[in-house]
Amino acid sequence: MGTKIWSRAFAVAAVAGLTFAACGQQAAPAATAAPTAGAATAAPATPAPTAAVQRGAGGNLTILYWQAVTALIGHHAQGTKDYDAARLVVEPLASTGPDGKPVPALAAEIPTKANGGVSADSTSITWKLKPNVKWSDGTDVTSADVVFTWKYVTNKETAATTAGVYATVKNVEAVDKSTVKVTYAAPTSNPYLAFTAGTGQIIQEKQYKDFIGAKAKDGPKIPVGTGPYKVVQFKPNDVVTYEINPQYRDANKPFFKTVTFKGGGDATSAARAVCQTGDVDYAWNLQVEAAVLKPMIDASDGKCKMNTAPSPNVERILINRSNPAASLGDKRGEPDQPHPFLTDLKVRQALAMAIDRGPIAALYGPTGSATCNMIVGLEAYTSKNTASMSVCKYDLAAANKLLDEAGAAKGADGIRVYKGTRMKILYATTVNPLRQKEQDIVKASWTQLGIDVELKAVAAGVFFGTEGNDTAAKFFFDVEMYTNGASQITQDDYVTNYICSEIKTAKDKWSGGNYMRWCNKDFDALYTQYTKELDLAKRYELLAKMNDMIVQDVAEIPLVNRTQPSDGISKALKGVIPTAWDSVLWNIADWSK
Amino acid sequence: MATTTANAPRLAEGEWRRPARSLWSDAWHHFRRHRLAMAGVVVLGIIVVATLFGPLLWTVPYQKLDYSAALVGPSPAHPFGTTDLGHDLFARILWGGRISLAVGLTAVLIAISLGTLVGALSGFFGGTLDDLLMRLTDMFLSLPQLPLLLLTIYLFRDMLRELVGPELGIFILIVTVVGALTWMPTARLVRASFLSIKRKEFVEAARTVGATDRRIIVRHILPNVMSPVLVSATIGVGAAIITESALSFLGLGFPSDVPSWGRVLYDAQNFMEIAPHWAIFPGMFIFLTVLSINYMGDGLRDALDPRRTQR
Amino acid sequence: MGKYLLRRLLIAIPTLLLISMVVYAILALAPGDPLSQFGLDPRVPPEVRENIRRQLGLDQPWHVRYVKWLIAALQGDLGYSFQSRVPVSELIAQKLPNTLSVLGVAYVLAVLLAIPIGVVSAVKRYSFFDHAATTFAFIGFSVPTFFTGIILILIFSVKLHWLPFIYQSTLNVSLFDMESILAQLKQSIMPITVLTLFQTATLVRFVRSEMLENMPLDYVRTARAKGLQERFVVIRHVLRNSLIPVVTLIALGVPAIFGGALITEQIFRIPGIGLMLVAAIEQSDTPVVMGATLMFSVLVVLFNIVADLLYGVLDPRIRYD
Repeated sequence: MGTKIWSRAFAVAAVAGLTFAACGQQAAPAATAAPTAGAATAAPATPAPTAAVQRGAGGNLTILYWQAVTALIGHHAQGTKDYDAARLVVEPLASTGPDGKPVPALAAEIPTKANGGVSADSTSITWKLKPNVKWSDGTDVTSADVVFTWKYVTNKETAATTAGVYATVKNVEAVDKSTVKVTYAAPTSNPYLAFTAGTGQIIQEKQYKDFIGAKAKDGPKIPVGTGPYKVVQFKPNDVVTYEINPQYRDANKPFFKTVTFKGGGDATSAARAVCQTGDVDYAWNLQVEAAVLKPMIDASDGKCKMNTAPSPNVERILINRSNPAASLGDKRGEPDQPHPFLTDLKVRQALAMAIDRGPIAALYGPTGSATCNMIVGLEAYTSKNTASMSVCKYDLAAANKLLDEAGAAKGADGIRVYKGTRMKILYATTVNPLRQKEQDIVKASWTQLGIDVELKAVAAGVFFGTEGNDTAAKFFFDVEMYTNGASQITQDDYVTNYICSEIKTAKDKWSGGNYMRWCNKDFDALYTQYTKELDLAKRYELLAKMNDMIVQDVAEIPLVNRTQPSDGISKALKGVIPTAWDSVLWNIADWSK
Repeated sequence: MATTTANAPRLAEGEWRRPARSLWSDAWHHFRRHRLAMAGVVVLGIIVVATLFGPLLWTVPYQKLDYSAALVGPSPAHPFGTTDLGHDLFARILWGGRISLAVGLTAVLIAISLGTLVGALSGFFGGTLDDLLMRLTDMFLSLPQLPLLLLTIYLFRDMLRELVGPELGIFILIVTVVGALTWMPTARLVRASFLSIKRKEFVEAARTVGATDRRIIVRHILPNVMSPVLVSATIGVGAAIITESALSFLGLGFPSDVPSWGRVLYDAQNFMEIAPHWAIFPGMFIFLTVLSINYMGDGLRDALDPRRTQR
Repeated sequence: MGKYLLRRLLIAIPTLLLISMVVYAILALAPGDPLSQFGLDPRVPPEVRENIRRQLGLDQPWHVRYVKWLIAALQGDLGYSFQSRVPVSELIAQKLPNTLSVLGVAYVLAVLLAIPIGVVSAVKRYSFFDHAATTFAFIGFSVPTFFTGIILILIFSVKLHWLPFIYQSTLNVSLFDMESILAQLKQSIMPITVLTLFQTATLVRFVRSEMLENMPLDYVRTARAKGLQERFVVIRHVLRNSLIPVVTLIALGVPAIFGGALITEQIFRIPGIGLMLVAAIEQSDTPVVMGATLMFSVLVVLFNIVADLLYGVLDPRIRYD
């Protein structure tokens, strides 16, 4: 520090470090749940709890996230860390198990068409609360709290971050003290959307009734809840400590007396803390090169194991159909300005065929596997057709041949020229050590095709923001790379990203999900059919078809299907059930050592 | 008190017999006799030559991947070992050295010149000019640099790219940014020394014989404030080499696959246990560069020491 | 002196106003978005984002927001964090003790170590001690702190299991509780070492070079011939003259203690000001950045005034008109 010369320099270096951490942030974290009504089962996915767990018999449980908690009310959550930290305290009506099916939390059972809980026309669902559930302040939980939660979240002035999930809910009414009826605006294939999983946390009317709307920002920062724990201390951007909620409904749970939820730092040292020193019991999202992570796990004195589950998240390369050239000025990136060579299917196919997924997936090791599908997460709708597609096979010779056929001959500098345009690709992604290595690997292959590749790494805060020219949405690059995936098992909010009407322009502030500017009438037709279909099997079939179309037409190039969670946990920890569709801490009451 | 003798002529043995020489040839004469300074020149010279011509002799491309030779230690095939993707570290360090050295040296030159200029003007003239310049310094010290960097990229990157081409554009941007963010301590140091020295007898003497302000600043005071400036410079070079790599994480620097020393070092940090060679070599090169520059600075200061010779 | 001090304090007011305006403008104009952390999360659609933006007041032009911020700040209200909705002053109060207990200690240690090492190094120039100190200093600032930090963690936490590397801000340190003091010592010794090494290294170089500058060698030689007593006197005189740059550096360094040391805070998960500030910048949490920057700039301005006053004490010939 002494003089500022170096302190400043190092501050910059540090910023870089932090950027590393921040950008691992995934697009879609744990989520709302559930397949169609008929498929739901009332039986919890939880295995039989380990014998004779005694409340408070365990000591402290230490959880480490490399992002720190900023909000403890799920409806103001800024990211997974907030949903998760809140989940120890505030519960939804139902959690979502590893198979994507709802598991009762505050609800007595899961409503289905069979038990009459879901209406025959698939527009409404009636939940019954567990009897005698109490808030941690000793008052009763009633259906009024659920109705209040809905009003709180959907009040525009509240500016709840979960409001989008409730957009299709028409009405929520209390049938009686312990029964609540949720009505959707239209027949839905997923009646469990509202009040389940991370975005469904029920807050107490008594505590928040004066803080609805614009006053929400002055509301209590520590919620009263029904979960196994209550908050002792909350330091934003640092740590949350919890103790057992004496009112918790299960007399034998939870096992751990106290919980410390620490945030900050980087993923690699989080891995060290759980695997090498054993300082923590649970380390979230270990986005660490497999070459570093594996030896820690496999070490003879290793203290950790991985806690992972299949997820819908796919690391992919998006291909820009519009022309991002700065020389176009205002017209830059507009959908009516075609890209000089990426609009040619043969060129796109060549790019896809030059992807060597093996070494890319190897970077992820236990936290990801190579994939050539875009719509994944459930075996039932994951397409089997792509494996045999030529665009999914690494073949540099064939890729070169395709480019020759496309008429792109090599110029004097060894770089191909396509109809007068030198084939140079600007390849952007977020700052993240894993991603920069993926870029290296892809660039090495594309260079062998005679394509000039310039790499670019953008801080996540800018890349996923709305300001400046380096945002993913403006897409002023030729290709860009990130992870995305559905937040619901039904994939509804995810497949929307591929329809023509989601292509937006500068005038709409680029606010659509179709960043590729990929418009395919056949896909749109499938999509329309999909939105109207309520039959599960047929929906799955349509999803697979849509997937094949995206891959075949090379709208995007899928690389790695990542796991979610991708966490490291102490070998001694028992009862952890990973699910990609809900918070990893959804069943923390069942954990023990 | 020591100050009274500080400006007295200091004679090294045999010195006084020699006929008067010009400032620079005299300085060079002394510099050459400074053993450590010469060692610094030789080491830095070797590093510079190696980075300039090494890639012509060691023809393994720095971006070549070889999964079969990932994370191997130093060997004849890979003198400095490889990275986890099988990049040859020797090639990377030779190539990246060009950028690290160019950026480190230029950025520091800018920072030091700017800082010295501001400090000298402020300290010498005092009054309103001093107030203005020092409040400007306060402001620069207070600015949070990350948003400032982002804003700089946003405003100037594309413009510079168009104007002077991508590589030179980025280079200019980096050295300007690093220079513009690190001149303040030098300015404060130089000003402090100026405040103290401008009241000393020899300055007053120079003034009475009618020396111009410019001459007093450049010939009489500046040589006396060289030492904090040189120390700032040596420390600055190391910091600038690291900063350059940090900037590339912000999207301001060179593309992420350009293996500057700072970048290689940064990439190595997670692999310290598995592949220590990855970190040791870039670290050693930064260390040697900084050390060489320091000894050269020592030699230069001794050689320019106004008390060493009579002029 | 009194008049000079008064004038400087008066000038400080417009300076700080200007700084705050420039910083606000930079924050407003730089790309970055408090909503970027939602990433592509489809659960937060554009309408909801617009809503949140409006609630944070981001729909107004920046100069309007600045004036509002300034009026509130002048009344002592630094506003709420966009992210946690906690008052900025409360956040700063929470983070500052962590920063001070690590950075403050490290800085004091560095100054205490650097001055004697620098003096001895200069007096015994080119001795074994000098070479050792020089080498150590150069390792100190050519090896970045992220590196020394990791090395310490690997040795003392991973291999030896002696020290924890996750800082607990919830630890209740009491002077009457030896155990808590020991725990605090154990968790802060590595970050303090990293920072001290780095800061000592740089300060030593300045002290040494300044001592050499001010040390008339034959004077010292004569003094040495006369015996120890004389030598100490000389060193004290030489040192006094060498202190002007050191004072300058320390005046620049003290505000930086409050500004935090990002890398070290991050590696050891010390929830200090540095970490808070960078997280706030990344999330475009303007109120927090402004609060922290304001505190920092007040300290910069104040300590530079202190330094200017001290110059006059150290060298009576320095006068201010």
